[in-house]
Amino acid sequence: MTEKTVLNATHRALGARMVDFGGWDMPINYGSQIEEHHAVRRDAGMFDVSHMTVIDLHGARSREFLRHLLANSVDKLKVHGKALYSCMLNEQGGVIDDLIVYYLGEEFFRLVVNAGTRAKDLAWIEQQAAAFAVQVKERPEFAMIAVQGPSARAKVLGLLHEVDRPRIEKLGKFAAAAAQGPHGMPLFVARTGYTGEDGFEIIVSDEHAVALWEALAAAGVAPAGLGARDTLRLEAGMNLYGQDMDETVSPWEANLGWTIALDEGRAFIGRAALEQQKAAGVPRVMVGLVLDDKGVLRHGQKVLTANGDGEILSGSFAPTLDKAVAFARIPAGTAGDMRVDIRGREVPVRLVKYPFVRDGKPCEGI
Amino acid sequence: MSEIPGDLKFLKSHEWARAEDDGLVRVGISDHAQGQLGDLVYVELPEIGSAVKAGTGAAVVESVKAASDIYAPISGEVVEVNELLNDKPETINEDAYGAGWIFLVRPSDRAELDELLDANEYEELIENDDH
Repeated sequence: MTEKTVLNATHRALGARMVDFGGWDMPINYGSQIEEHHAVRRDAGMFDVSHMTVIDLHGARSREFLRHLLANSVDKLKVHGKALYSCMLNEQGGVIDDLIVYYLGEEFFRLVVNAGTRAKDLAWIEQQAAAFAVQVKERPEFAMIAVQGPSARAKVLGLLHEVDRPRIEKLGKFAAAAAQGPHGMPLFVARTGYTGEDGFEIIVSDEHAVALWEALAAAGVAPAGLGARDTLRLEAGMNLYGQDMDETVSPWEANLGWTIALDEGRAFIGRAALEQQKAAGVPRVMVGLVLDDKGVLRHGQKVLTANGDGEILSGSFAPTLDKAVAFARIPAGTAGDMRVDIRGREVPVRLVKYPFVRDGKPCEGI
Repeated sequence: MSEIPGDLKFLKSHEWARAEDDGLVRVGISDHAQGQLGDLVYVELPEIGSAVKAGTGAAVVESVKAASDIYAPISGEVVEVNELLNDKPETINEDAYGAGWIFLVRPSDRAELDELLDANEYEELIENDDH
């Protein structure tokens, strides 16, 4: 059965084109995906991301549990409200999911995991948590609205209770805090996102989500669909689970080495496999590609390199750049001149360092 | 959704064909199809002078979301292509039945037009599509 977020009727009333997204009936656009993309790059847009799964962890040994569960080190979280991006690995070092963990107290951490992996994530986390006597509590009664763009923070701040504004204005990147929204509704405001722009991701209870959405719209925040979210995150160089990595891929092979913390004496799940792979040499690497010719790079296209074939992972037309960009996984080593097979035509592509876009502007060399 | 012009014939795969006064047949995709595809970003036009065969691929349109083959509704020779689409593929989104036409064919057998859906039949098809 298709699931619906509490904002479903709101999207439909706005004339959204709805699609099935991992079992959820979600808006792909409200008319023009490209215009929504530009709205986020230039001003402010909002996304319903209530399909994402919020999981609260309670227990005296919560931190110890997360040291075991996550490839990144939860010990980097020292201040209440701070957030950390991490992969959750299986014993083979494959990625079960990527997630954000928030430090809300020594006995209270919050995870936000992907919608499409909800069931297996919950099963895995519960299985691992038992030995640590940590309580795993899904919070399906929460909605989530991501407000992103250069004007996003100012527009959200204007809706908060006066007493909360200075504190939320000073909230650092990758940190969260509680605040009161319109009509005093309780909000969990995180300065995080998936677009490469500044902004907030706001968790709000279902009962207040529609009112918050409407207040944001009245403040001039443009509704944006999951189509724009995908092109924004690709330009920003952010991985999408299921497309750029999965359980058959290690973080080394997904350009997520920066999220692996091999801190002394921490035996997290998958660590042995990761160390083994690193010592033996990582066979495949993930790179950024730009197509300067006309055409569009797409998931699944074959990439031809001097070292053998690879494939396009996430690929799309990039509205900020007016050309196609992609992530590709290719054999390690010197790639040489690269081409992509687009419907039987071999088209030259350029290997680049990504992100492709940061803070609304194309990065150097793109 | 804009009104479907009554002089158009359609393939089930959403291409339209318009028989012009000079005997040529203009080809495009329906407004319904452009809506399904979303913002178009690239059109691969056929070559002028190339032969196209009814029901087979003649062009490709790419939206942000996906690439989609455009089938020729009628066999013949391509005599003109809509060069405007090289720079402004979004013209198809804006005016699918007018300025967003894709190519013009000199048909080898105009009787093939009779095998296509008329506007009413096509409208019925996409109504069923939506449910």
